[in-house]
Amino acid sequence: MQEKLKYKNQENLSKETIDGEIATINFGPTHPATHGIFQNILQIDGEKIISSEQTVGYIHRAFEKLAERRPYNQITPITDRLNYCSSPINNIGWEMTVEKLIGAEIPKRVQYMRVIIMELARIADHLICNSVVGVDAGALTSFFYPFSEREKIYELYEEVCGARLTTNIGRIGGFERDFNETFHTKLKSFLKTFPKAFEEFNSMLERNRIFMDRTKGAGPISAERALNYSITGPNLRATGVDYDVRVSEPYSSYEDFDFIIPVGVNGDTYDRFMVRQEEIRQSLRIINQAYNNLPEGSYKADLPEFLLPPKEEVYNQMEALIYHFKIVMGETELPVGEVYHAVEGGNGELGYYLISDGGRSPYRLQFRRPCFIYYQAYPEMIKGMTISDAVLTLSSLNVIAGELDA
Amino acid sequence: MTNEDIYKRISDHFSSYIIASDETFGILNIEINPNKNTEILQWLKEDSILQFSFLTNIAGIHYPDSTEREIAVVYQLHSWRNNSRLRLKAYLSIDNPTIDSIVHLYNGANWMERETFDFFGVNFKNHPDLRRILNEDSMDYFPMRKEHPLEDATREDKDDRFFGRF
Amino acid sequence: MGKIEDLVTINGEGYQLTTLDKAIGLARANSVWPLPFATSCCGIEFMATMGSMYDMSRFGMERMSFTPRQADLLIVAGTISKKLGPVLKQVYEQMAEPKWVLSVGACASSGGIFDTYSVLQGIDRIIPVDVYVPGCPPRPEQIIDGVMNIHKLVKKESLRRRYSEEYKHLLKEYKIEVTNENND
Repeated sequence: MQEKLKYKNQENLSKETIDGEIATINFGPTHPATHGIFQNILQIDGEKIISSEQTVGYIHRAFEKLAERRPYNQITPITDRLNYCSSPINNIGWEMTVEKLIGAEIPKRVQYMRVIIMELARIADHLICNSVVGVDAGALTSFFYPFSEREKIYELYEEVCGARLTTNIGRIGGFERDFNETFHTKLKSFLKTFPKAFEEFNSMLERNRIFMDRTKGAGPISAERALNYSITGPNLRATGVDYDVRVSEPYSSYEDFDFIIPVGVNGDTYDRFMVRQEEIRQSLRIINQAYNNLPEGSYKADLPEFLLPPKEEVYNQMEALIYHFKIVMGETELPVGEVYHAVEGGNGELGYYLISDGGRSPYRLQFRRPCFIYYQAYPEMIKGMTISDAVLTLSSLNVIAGELDA
Repeated sequence: MTNEDIYKRISDHFSSYIIASDETFGILNIEINPNKNTEILQWLKEDSILQFSFLTNIAGIHYPDSTEREIAVVYQLHSWRNNSRLRLKAYLSIDNPTIDSIVHLYNGANWMERETFDFFGVNFKNHPDLRRILNEDSMDYFPMRKEHPLEDATREDKDDRFFGRF
Repeated sequence: MGKIEDLVTINGEGYQLTTLDKAIGLARANSVWPLPFATSCCGIEFMATMGSMYDMSRFGMERMSFTPRQADLLIVAGTISKKLGPVLKQVYEQMAEPKWVLSVGACASSGGIFDTYSVLQGIDRIIPVDVYVPGCPPRPEQIIDGVMNIHKLVKKESLRRRYSEEYKHLLKEYKIEVTNENND
């Protein structure tokens, strides 16, 4: 390790420094400020960061190899663990990828239900990121405040799928059950109480002098550099580029809803924070529109090969029994094809590149993981900053270890 | 701009470098000569009409059964101006899977190429820092190649019979 | 009565110390300083456990100790890959006695669904574990239940456990060096 820490251009650098001394410090892998397992080897001159080098892969779990051995239905739980702050988006994105491949027609109600769930997930994702930005700026209250609201989103997930965090929500072709009465009651009360609680959280930080001084100008990146690094999502929008997969390639009836894409100007920590805050408000708008116009109809598509039949049919009808067996044993075969489907995940364009050879599991499945791609811009963003700025930048980028290392 | 237009414009410039092409689910696939990938990608990035200036991702694929074309490197590009996607594929032989790096065009390609190297062993020529990224440095094989098992072969605590594998 | 040097090396606890043990155990159990080694999904559930809804501070545990030197309880929440294994072992070795380990989630306990080439199949292959919490991820209630079990262990643990042959043998099995021997 010590060999690796050696800086390449030691001679050239020492002339520029104040006292001719560069220190190497190890920021991570287990550091209270990294919120996950990230290692950064920083070269610092006083408190100024001269350069840094990241080590990733500490939670590499071989998702892509695992997916090659799994039936299609069993890949949804793997996608849960990509960006575990907003797992429903990952689940539904994967389901839509398979639906695209098999050419399934999805009822309007399912699409609207999905939009509601996905936007709830986006709120949960952005809330956790922004509350952690507050913590790193020194305000622990901003962590406890939104977390009690976030629990309500978990309760809503529970009503739909039974799980809190790794949801495995929905199935290929729809949902396993319709929204129940408790869900409707809880969602209505959530939509009523959340905006107030959120604005309270917002007022704690948005125009807070200390918070603004700490975050403005911390870890900036220009739009041009961000595009060169293939950054997407809120981190790109903070630089002023209004790219959003929900608008550029609408999926799941996003074209029906009226919402705006917030953009920032400087691409610094404050802008990233503000973009996420505004996106939470827009997500609420979308949920309201989708919920008020929720169409009548079935909560699942007509895909007997992918959706388990009701239990009474399994016991009484031959056909249902066969489908049940095939789904449970993972013997559903997919057509040959090559499909790329992207959804706007919590952190940006989450893409699924699926190659099917007609078998029961994918021949190759690649996840385009936005975290993995934009985290490489981190050294450039923190160059010349202080260590405390580096901490803030890392948390405002919302680097999720599961998505980073796959 | 339709996929036909895109294909026509690319083939007007690089007809000799294009090996095959097809279209799947609205995305144009073009198989290119692996030696000319940087040239084509640079032109696509700078062309004022196509403007494929956003690199979505780089993926590797292993086809053990097709001789001399075992490893595929797939570049997915996105043109935000035309809102169209494009997929470029280059097939390499497994004995010498070498292709030019495109880090000088897209900084974001750095880790994508390192990941492809880590998983499939593709050597990206002129890459600034080509080493393993997700796996340990001491690993001596490329795990995503089809011949390697998913499970750790040295593990003793799990009996495969109980996990539905024989 | 023998010489005073003999008394120091006696391994059992004296008659008077047994009651003191209980008092110290009670004090220890209600002021455990945890070190959260949260790597992935379970870490988010652990954050929820720390949050206002479930509130770990009810049990005197809100003081997160991010340095292993001052921590009593190592909470391993999330997947530990082979690359991370040595880091975890080093963190465990740096912790001062007495120390306990809580393994949160299926991944930390057994590798979980990730039976793959890169994932360590359970942290008990590198460090000894006191309590396992199953679930992928476990609910905050389950994590609290695990913590309650740790408290039970802490309460009844002998002050001299670290000198027992059994404990030394356990650490030897994991190839962890026993430090501070007879240095009370």
